[in-house]
Amino acid sequence: MKSDAVLRRIVAPLLLLVLAWLVVEPVALVALDAVRSGGEWTLAAVRAFVAEPNEWRAALNSLWLALASVVLAGVLGVSLGLLTRLTDFPGRRIVSALLALPAVLPPLVGVVAFLFLYGESGIFARAVMASTGADTPPWRFEGAGAVVLIHATTMYVYSYLLVRGALATFDPALLEAATALGAGRWRALRTVILPLLRPAIGNGALLTALSSLASFSAPYVFGGGFRVLPTEIVSTRLNGDISIAMVETLALVALSLVALLLASRLGGAATRGAGKGLAPAPRRTRSRRSRVAIGAAMWGVTLWLLLPHVTLLVVSFVRQGAWTTTALPTAWTAGNYLTLITDPVRWRPFGTSLWMASTAAAAAGLLALAVGVTARDPGRPLSRWLEGGLALPWAVPGTVYAIALATMFSVLQPAAGRFVLIGTLWLLPLAYLIRSLPVIGRPVVAAIRGLDPALDEAAASLGAGPWRAFGTVTLPLLAPVLAGAVALAFVMGLGDFMTSIILYTYDTRPVSLEILGAIRQGELGVAAAYGVVLTVLSTGAFLAAERSRRFA
Amino acid sequence: MSTVRLAGLAKRFDTTAVVSDVSLEIAEGELVALLGPSGSGKTTLLRLIAGFEPVDSGRVLLDGDDVTNRPALERRCGMVFQHYALFPHLSVGENVGYGLANERLPRPALDARVAEVLAMVDLKGFESRAVTALSGGQQQRVALARALAPRPRVLLLDEPLSNLDPSLRERTRGELRDLVRRTGITTVLVTHEQEEAFDLADRIALLHRGRLEQVGAPELLYDEPATPFVAGFVGRTSSLRGRVVARDGDLTRVQAGGGVWPARAALDVTGDVLLLIRPEATRFATDGSIAGTVLRRRFAGATAFFSVRLAGGAEIEVAAAPAAAREGDAVRLEPTGVGAHAWAADGIAGGAS
Ligand SMILES: Nc1ncnc2c1ncn2[C@@H]1O[C@H](COP(=O)(O)OP(=O)(O)O)[C@@H](O)[C@H]1O
Ligand SMILES: [Mg+2]
Repeated sequence: MKSDAVLRRIVAPLLLLVLAWLVVEPVALVALDAVRSGGEWTLAAVRAFVAEPNEWRAALNSLWLALASVVLAGVLGVSLGLLTRLTDFPGRRIVSALLALPAVLPPLVGVVAFLFLYGESGIFARAVMASTGADTPPWRFEGAGAVVLIHATTMYVYSYLLVRGALATFDPALLEAATALGAGRWRALRTVILPLLRPAIGNGALLTALSSLASFSAPYVFGGGFRVLPTEIVSTRLNGDISIAMVETLALVALSLVALLLASRLGGAATRGAGKGLAPAPRRTRSRRSRVAIGAAMWGVTLWLLLPHVTLLVVSFVRQGAWTTTALPTAWTAGNYLTLITDPVRWRPFGTSLWMASTAAAAAGLLALAVGVTARDPGRPLSRWLEGGLALPWAVPGTVYAIALATMFSVLQPAAGRFVLIGTLWLLPLAYLIRSLPVIGRPVVAAIRGLDPALDEAAASLGAGPWRAFGTVTLPLLAPVLAGAVALAFVMGLGDFMTSIILYTYDTRPVSLEILGAIRQGELGVAAAYGVVLTVLSTGAFLAAERSRRFA
Repeated sequence: MSTVRLAGLAKRFDTTAVVSDVSLEIAEGELVALLGPSGSGKTTLLRLIAGFEPVDSGRVLLDGDDVTNRPALERRCGMVFQHYALFPHLSVGENVGYGLANERLPRPALDARVAEVLAMVDLKGFESRAVTALSGGQQQRVALARALAPRPRVLLLDEPLSNLDPSLRERTRGELRDLVRRTGITTVLVTHEQEEAFDLADRIALLHRGRLEQVGAPELLYDEPATPFVAGFVGRTSSLRGRVVARDGDLTRVQAGGGVWPARAALDVTGDVLLLIRPEATRFATDGSIAGTVLRRRFAGATAFFSVRLAGGAEIEVAAAPAAAREGDAVRLEPTGVGAHAWAADGIAGGAS
C-alpha cells in the first residue's frame, strides 16, 4: 500500500479509536452516571440538582464570574496590548516583556502570591494594621470580588498576548490610509484597529471564559461563601453524592460549550488581508510630557500586576515565625530553599512533577504529530473528527476530566477500555496528557497544514521515502512550533492543581499539593519557595523552546 | 487642487541618507513622476510629502502653505498605497466613504458622493461588495476612488500599477491617465518603470540614491540626459570608452570602438570620455566606417536589437529591422548622428549639451 493509503486506512481509524477512548469515553461515562443509578435509568440526580437553589446559585455564580472576568481581563489585556505596541514610552520593551510574565506562573502559585499580598495576613493588611494599631485585619480578601480581581489580573495575559500577536502582523499602511483620509487616532482605533483585531479579542475572551469557568484554585482559596461549579463538584463528591456531582459536572460542560458556541458566532472568521507581516511602528508621541505620562501609567500598572509575584519572591526568603506584625518582614533567610534541597520528602515532589509533566507532554506531542500528519487534508470528514477529538478537552474543565478519568479507570472492563489505574502512577500523567491535547494539537495541526506540499514532492522526486522525507523535511520545519507547544503542555502539567487534587496518590503527589500542604501548616516561606522554583522551571521550559525556535 | 513645493528635503534612517536635498516645484494640475531604481528613496519622499515621516530638514509646502510640521491627518493628501491598504472589514462603499466622515454630510449626500466617485473609476454599483472579493484591478480602482473622494489637495500614488498583471497594466495605465486628466488633480506618481513614467507624466523627477538627478519632460530626459545615470536609466544605452578628437558646432566627435561618433557633450569636455550610445545612434550600412560581428539578435516585433562586437572587443546595441542581419554576420556600421552622449571619463559629469 502507498503511505497515503496506510495513513487513511490504518493509522486514522487507530487514532480515532485512541481519542474516543481517552477523550470521549470518560466524559460519556460521567454523563451516564448522572442519569443512572444502581443499574436503572433515573433523573433523580438531575431533579435534585434542579430543585436545589444552592446548585442554581453555583451555576449562576460560575456564569457571572466568567462574564466579569472576560470583561475586566479583556479591557485590561486589550488596552495593554494596544498601548505597548502603538505608543512609545521609556522602557516600552521591558514593560512588554514583564506584562507577559503571568503566563509562566502556575495557577495555584499565582493565587498563593495574591494571598501573601492582599490576604488577611498579607503585606497590605499588615501595613494597615501597623499604621492604625488595630489588632484585627482590616478586611477579609474573600468572595466574588477577590476572585474576579485575581482572574482579571492573571487572565489578561490571553488577550494581551493575542492582541500583540495580531498587531505584529498588522499592515501599518492601513493606519496610514486612515490618517491620510482624515481619521484621528481614536477614529482609527474604533473603525480600523479594533474591528480587525476582533478575532484576537474574541479568542482572548473565549480563553478567559473557559479558564474562568474551569478555574478552581482562586475560588477554592479565596471564594469563601462564593461557590462556583468547580469547587461545588469537588465538595459534593467529598460528601459522597456522586450522581449530583456528575450533574454539576454536566452543567459546567454545558456552560463551556455555550461559551465556545458564542465565541464562534461572535468572533467570526479572521478578515483576510489584514496582515502583511509588518508591525506598525510605535507612534512617537510628540510631546515629552505625554510620553512621560504614558510611561508612568504603564510602569505603574505593570508593577501593580507583578506585585503578587514580587511578594512571592520576598516571602520565600522570610524566616518561619519571624514575620508577625510588621508590614514588611524583618528577618531574612535562605532556609526555605535549603529545606527544599536537603529534605528528601520535600524535594521528591519536584521529581514527581517533572517526570509526570515531561512524559505527558512528550506523549501529547507524539499524538498531536500523528493526528496532524493524518488529518493534513482539512476537507476530509475523518480530519474533522480527529481535530474535534483533540479540541474536546478544551470545552471540558479540568476538574471534570479528573472526575471522569477517576470514574473510567476505577473498574476492570478491558472490552470497554477500562482498567484500574486509580491509585497507580499512571493516572495523573494520563490526565495531564489529555488536558494538554488542545493547546498542543491546534498549533501543530495548523503548522503541518501550513507546510508547502511541494516540499514533500520535492523530497520524493529526490528519492526520499516517506520516512526520510518526514525526518529530514517535515520534522525540522515543524520543530519550532512543536517545541513551543510541548513546552506549553509541560508547563501546564508541571503547575497543575485542579486535576491533581482529585487524582493524586501519595506516590504521585505533585508540587502544587505540597504548596497547599505547606500553606495549611502555616509554612508560608516554604510554600513561596516552592512557588518560586516552579515558576523558574516553567520559565526555563519556555526559554528552552524559544532557543530551539531561534536555531531552527 | 494645489501646488506642491519641496525645499531642501532631507531624511536619514539611522546613518543612511535616504533622501538628500530634494527641491522640486509641482504646478497645479501637473502630474510628476518620481522615477528611480528600487531603493532610491521614492517611497520615502512620497511619505515625507504625505506627512507619514517627519523630515530631518527642509520644508513641504502645499499651496504655499507650510505643512512641514503638520501631521498627516491635516495635510489632505490623497494616497494610494502600493498594496492599496483597503480596509478589509469594510465594503467598497464604506472604504470610499471613509474619508468623507469629517465633512459630516447627510446620508444621501454622502451616498451620492461615493456613487459619483465610484462611477469615475468605472465601478458603478459596487458599493456593497466586499473589497476582499474584488480582482486586483478593481481593488486598485477602489483605492483610487477612496483617495479621491474627499477631494484631496494632491494625489500621491506609490507604484499603483506594480501589483497588476502585465496584461492589465497597460489598460489600467490608460484609465489612470484619463482619470487624472479629467479631475485635473495635482499628482505625484512613484514608479520604477520608465515606460510608465513616459506614458503618464508631464514631467519626470529622476531620483538616484536619494538625490534628484534631473527633472524635466520625458523627451528632455531622453534626448538631453544630465548625467550618465540618467542616460543609462532612461532608455537603453551601450557604453564605450573613447577620446574627444574634434568639436564640430554643437557636436563633439568622439573616437571609440573603431569609429568616430558625433555626440552631445558639455563644451569643456576633452580628452578621455565615457560615451553612451542609444540603439538608434548606429545603423547598419554596407559602406559603414565601423566593422563588427553580430553576436545576438533580440527580436522585438517591428524592430530588433542586435548586439554587435566592435574591433577592440567593445559591444554595442543597434536597433534595426529584424531582417537587417543574422547572428554571426560580419557587418559594417555607421553613426546616425543622434543619440550619443559623452561625459568626461573621470566620472565627474560634465553634463550634456
Ligand atoms: N522606516 C525605515 N527605516 C529604515 N530604513 C528605511 C525605512 N524606510 C525605507 N528605508 C530604506 O531607505 C531606502 C529607500 O527606501 P524607499 O524609499 O522605500 O525606496 P524606493 O521606494 O525607491 O524603493 C531603502 O534602502 C530602505 O531600506
Ligand atoms: Mg517604494
